[in-house]
Formats: sequence, structure tokens, C-alpha cells
Amino acid sequence: MAPTSTDNALVRVRGLHFGFGRRVIFDGMDLDLRRGQVTALMGPSGTGKTTLLRLIGGQYRPHRGSIAFDGQDVHRLSRAKLLELRKRMGIMFQNGALLTDLSVYENVAFPLREHTRLPESMIRDLVLLKLDAVGLRGARHLFPDQLSGGMARRVAMARAVALDPALVMYDEPLTGLDPISMGVAMRLIRTLNDALGLTSIIVSHDVPETLSISDYAYIVSNGKVVAAGTPEQVKSSGSEWAQQFLKGQPDGPVRFHYDNSDYGADLMRKALA
Amino acid sequence: MKKAIDILAEFLRGVGQAQYFLAATLAATPRALAKPHLIAQQIYSVGVLSMVITVISGMFIGMVLGLQGYRTLVGFGAEESLGVFVALVVVRELGPVVTALLFAGRAGSALTAEIGLMRATDQLSAMEMMAVDPMQRVVAPRFFAGFVAMPLLAAIFCVMAIGIAGGYAIGVELLGVDAGSYWSQIRAQVEMDDIWNGVVKSLVFGAVVSWIAVFQGYHAAPNSEGVSRATRNTVVMSSLAILALDFVLTAFMFKID
Ligand SMILES: Nc1ncnc2c1ncn2[C@@H]1O[C@H](COP(=O)(O)OP(=O)(O)O)[C@@H](O)[C@H]1O
Ligand SMILES: [Mg+2]
Repeated sequence: MAPTSTDNALVRVRGLHFGFGRRVIFDGMDLDLRRGQVTALMGPSGTGKTTLLRLIGGQYRPHRGSIAFDGQDVHRLSRAKLLELRKRMGIMFQNGALLTDLSVYENVAFPLREHTRLPESMIRDLVLLKLDAVGLRGARHLFPDQLSGGMARRVAMARAVALDPALVMYDEPLTGLDPISMGVAMRLIRTLNDALGLTSIIVSHDVPETLSISDYAYIVSNGKVVAAGTPEQVKSSGSEWAQQFLKGQPDGPVRFHYDNSDYGADLMRKALA
Repeated sequence: MKKAIDILAEFLRGVGQAQYFLAATLAATPRALAKPHLIAQQIYSVGVLSMVITVISGMFIGMVLGLQGYRTLVGFGAEESLGVFVALVVVRELGPVVTALLFAGRAGSALTAEIGLMRATDQLSAMEMMAVDPMQRVVAPRFFAGFVAMPLLAAIFCVMAIGIAGGYAIGVELLGVDAGSYWSQIRAQVEMDDIWNGVVKSLVFGAVVSWIAVFQGYHAAPNSEGVSRATRNTVVMSSLAILALDFVLTAFMFKID
């Protein structure tokens, strides 16, 4: 599909405010996903990375600010237009979210069957092509409960690109994978992006692996972007916060401990009680 | 007192939410019907889940009715009325009620657990993001299948119970009931109205159990504890709803007669 906007950002997030109840998740966040690039979004668990993907997909509505996809404001579209838009986005959920009552083959065929009227022979060609790209053509008769975590995610990747979307979103594609599967998955994301001419966003907290295949990276904390740039720029970022996150240090602006009252005082209180 | 008001408010909100959900399910049903293979698959799985348990329960209830009915009726010298007694009790009451209770415990709880797990593992979210409406793809076919399957299961139950009661009283125990009079009494005395009462009850119970089951599953908290709570809610709420509605419907039907 030809881009309807000549903007070099496929997705443009501006002044995003969002929260659950009283808990603030995004507090004025700006972010661009440039066409053809792999963008990394990194931050510790619970910063709202998954929430951002759901906001881009129109599952949640921002309290303030805007998210534009290819020049269209995602949250001002009618329901029908939003559904049309979602066909141009693929998402790989954290654990794959494969439909458990369908085989691997049928999972990848699912979006094609729902949204196209292609003949069975063509669906078969497309499904096998996508499964081959993730190296699982031979596993097409298996069911999701017969797959390892890494395989399930690769099937989810094949499903995410089944409709040849413009944007693919990967939610924690590496978490829980062994080093070999991790390498395979990372290279796969890069290859799919370049071969199919996609725009990709990877949400992750596996820093070096993610940075190694990204064109651009954002580090988020407390609802805001604290560092952004090419992987090199991010690595040498002056932000204390970004440095702590990248190096995995327990001390810094982000506390490892949830309750930051003094440990010694806590022990004393117990002794006195 | 404040606590009681909170609980009441919570309950009423749940009822409102469930009504809205039913409306959304019904609105999604016509489109779901456009994919009959999905409905057929659900009727099959709901039916298969409940078939064996329905048949076995029908047999045992039939045996008990044969024995109890004969012992009671023979005291009045009215054992030839056994057929009518069994048929009316089964068609008007036990068939729909017992089948619905079994259906809630077997198929209803399974529906809730299935949909709840789909919620907990992001399958429903994934569908939404693939521009597929889970109400149409998941909820409506299951609701409709439950609605259709219940009367069929109740019919199987009735046939089993009446047949076995007769067979037991006539053949196994040699209680001395005449086979000819057992069946001719049923044919002569059971009217179309009685059968309709049973069918209406089955349809109502099927719809209510399916409604509760899909609602509980869809709104289950997305974790294992949430799914187990939702499953329990389905069984408890369905059972109470069946028994309460049975009384209301019975009272109403006797008024019409
Ligand atoms: N549906 C929800 N209702 C309430 N709180 C939520 C919901 N979804 C996520 N949260 C909270 O929002 C925060 C961000 O969640 P999430 O986006 O999943 O984080 P991440 O993906 O970065 O680990 C977490 O603290 C989480 O508990
Ligand atoms: Mg997450």
C-alpha cells in the first residue's frame, strides 16, 4: 500500500499522557518510528512498554497527546477505520499469544482467512513462505502447546507479518530465550524488516542484543524518554539514568528496592518492637 | 451497613455489565452465523462434553423414578399410571433442570475456563489487534452453540430417563407393569403443551447458562486465580439461576394452562 503521507516517520507520538487510575504511566512522551528502520524501546519492567504498543494499536486511548500512524490520528478514527488500520500493523505479544485451538499453520493463516478472500492454494503458499522465513515450515502441523517458548514466538512473528503490514511491533521478543534462540530471533527481526520493507519496533530490556540490530533507540523512565539516538549515541548518553539502565547497576536514580526506607532503621525498629 | 450497600452496588453493576454484554453478544450473532462451521464446531464440542454425563444421569434418574414411582403408585393400585407419572415429571421438570445443572457443571465451566485462558494469554487481545472481533469470533458462536445444544441434550435425557424407567419397571425388576399400558398411557396423557413447557425451559436454561459462562470467562481477571474464580462463579450462579428460574417458569406455565 502506498504511504498516504510523505512524512519520514510512520508513527509519531506527541505529548502522550496516559495512566491506569491514579497511576501515571506516560507523562508527556514523544517518539518517532521512522520508515524502514528498526527502533528499540527500552526500559525496566513496568515502565509501560507494552502499554505503549497497545496505545499505538488503539486498544487504549491517551488522556492527552496524540499518536499518528501514517499521518492518521489513531484515536480519532471511526471503529471501522481503526480496524482497517490494524490490518497494517502486526504485533507479536510477549508470550506469542497464539490461538491455542489452531495448529501452527492455521495460526499463520488466521489473518489471511479473516481478511482476504484468497483461494486456498494461495493461502497455503503465503503461509509456507512466512513459516519458512522463521524456519518453522516443518512444524506446521504442531499445536501451540507442543512448541517451545522460542518456537511459539517465531510462529507469532510469522503471523504478525502474514498480511504484509507496514509496522511490526515486537513485545519482549527475547525474554526467556536461550542465547542461541536469542541470536536467531534478533537476526530474524532485522532480516524480516529489510526483506519485507517493514518498519519495526522492539520493546525490550535486553540491552546489548537489542541495540546490536537497531537503527535508533529510546530509553524510557517515569513516563518520559530519558535518552534517544543511534545505539552509539545512547550508549554514550550523559543521562545518569540511561547509564544505570545500560550497565545494570542497582544504585543510581532508579532504586532497586521498592520501599526506600533505611534498612538499618528498619532492623532497629524490629529489635525495639 | 456500608459494606452491605457496597456489595449491593457491586452486584447491580455486575448485572448491568452482564446485560450490556448480552446485547453485544446478540449483536455479534448474525455475523457469527455467517460462519456456520465455527458454530457447528462449538455445538459439537459442547455436545460431546455433555453427552456421556447426560446419558448416564438420564439412566440413573430413570431407574430411580421407575422404582419410586412403582412403589408409590402400587399402594393406590394405580401402577398402570407409572408411564404418565414418569413422563410428566421428566419432560416438565427433571429433564430440563437436571440437564441444565449438568450442562452448567460440564460445558459451562469449560466455556468459562477456555475464554478466561484466552484472555489471560492475550489471545483475545491478539485477535483485536488482528482486527478480528472476539465477540464475533469467540463469544457469539459459543453462546449460540450452548443455546442450541441444551434442548438437544435435554431431549436425550428425557428419552433415556423415560425409556429406562419403563424398561426397569417392566423388565428388570419384573414389577408387573404391563409394557403396553406403560406406553399407551404416555401417548394418551402427555400433551403437546407438556413437551412445549420442557422445550421452553431448556431454551431459557441453555441461554442463561451460556450467557453466564461466556460473560464470566470474558471478564475473568487475566491470571490463573481469576480463571478459577470465574469458573466457580459460573457453576454457582448458573445452578442458582436454573433453580430459581425453574420455579418462576413453572408457576407461570401453570397459570397459562
Ligand atoms: N489493564 C491494566 N490495569 C491497571 N494497571 C495496568 C494494566 N496494564 C498494565 N498496568 C500497569 O501499568 C504498568 C505498565 O505496564 P506494562 O505496560 O505492561 O509494563 P512493561 O511492558 O513496560 O513491563 C505496570 O505497573 C502495570 O502493573
Ligand atoms: Mg510488557
